[in-house]
Amino acid sequence: MQWLRQLGRSGLSFFERLGRGHLFFFSIIAGLPSLLPRGRLLLQQLFAVGVLSLLIILVAGLFVGMVLGLQGYNTLVDFGAEESLGVMVALSLVRELGPVVTALLFAGRAGSALTAEIGLMKATEQLSGMEMMAVDPIKRVIAPRFLAGVLSMPLLAAIFSAIGVMGGFFVGVGLLGVDDGAFWSQIQNRVDFYDDIVNGVIKSIAFGIVVTWVAVFEGYDAVPTSEGVSRATTRTVVHASLAVLGLDFVLTALMFD
Amino acid sequence: MFQNKNIEILVGIFVAAGLGALFVLAMKVSNLSTFSDDGGYPVIARFENIGGLKVRAPVTMSGVRIGRVEEIGFDNEIFEAVVTLTINENYKLPKDSNASIFTSGLLGEQYVALEAGGDLNNMQPNDQFVITQSALVLEKMIGQFLFKAAEGGAEE
Repeated sequence: MQWLRQLGRSGLSFFERLGRGHLFFFSIIAGLPSLLPRGRLLLQQLFAVGVLSLLIILVAGLFVGMVLGLQGYNTLVDFGAEESLGVMVALSLVRELGPVVTALLFAGRAGSALTAEIGLMKATEQLSGMEMMAVDPIKRVIAPRFLAGVLSMPLLAAIFSAIGVMGGFFVGVGLLGVDDGAFWSQIQNRVDFYDDIVNGVIKSIAFGIVVTWVAVFEGYDAVPTSEGVSRATTRTVVHASLAVLGLDFVLTALMFD
Repeated sequence: MFQNKNIEILVGIFVAAGLGALFVLAMKVSNLSTFSDDGGYPVIARFENIGGLKVRAPVTMSGVRIGRVEEIGFDNEIFEAVVTLTINENYKLPKDSNASIFTSGLLGEQYVALEAGGDLNNMQPNDQFVITQSALVLEKMIGQFLFKAAEGGAEE
């Protein structure tokens, strides 16, 4: 009996949290228009969320592309199809790895920082202080962070993919001796702008929304103690990463049939 | 103030780099630059068997890409595949040209190869190819080969 009651309680609290998260999402959306006259808030967050994530994205993109080049070459050379190396690198980056790996890194780099920052604001009662001064913390604190995350993700994913293709080019053409012209012409033949690149951008926007939403919600909903903030930060990384991977499967199934 | 200015510049660089990367992907990686010339006229080729031909597959003449496969349909009255090709406006085809489906490389994609005929008149939009050659189906070829080998063996 006790066990059943425990189960029911955890189920209820799960759905309660889920509902709170969605209501929170709608109130962020409602708070977005108030950002229009306050571009400076958005600018600061774009710096914190986007610019500071740039380095890890650049390095990760370069190495993922280079590894793809190496691994792809070793497999393709058995079939005498090493000219297709560019297609393999470009398609896997633009369709999958660009958006997904960027979103995972973004959750770890920017999402955890957002959660910790907002959670600490809550723990030190800065958010309640704002409410006391009749400043809506959702409009003042959450909305600019959310919008900055949503705007940064597609840009970061595009940078990741572009750098990754360069890395694959560097390894394939520079080190392993794949023909330069064949590398690019095969890519241009097989990668479609609307089917591949635009879908990749749509994916990265969806991931940006999910990751940033999870991050700001976990921060806003954190238990206002130092332990609660640390737990919320962990949950952000875990939940956002899992959500990205699950959503990626759904989006891939819908886009590339 | 100096701090703010720095942030503005860095955000500007970030946004410019992101859009630049997207532009590079669009121009250098995708087919957007090669497919900007969407203008063309349709011609129709009927095949007994199109094998693995796909929409958007290239249409070539002497190995040069002059168009692409626009649509693949099926005529339920004479049981043939109806393939609509879009040929770039710059290229004129003699009326008695023929169309064949070939495979590029051993495992490559299938494409439509056109061969010019000798007619002085050019094909008009929605004209049909008179002579077409279907895709080779590997199983059929192997079957024929085995059949012939068996026949040869019986004669000896």
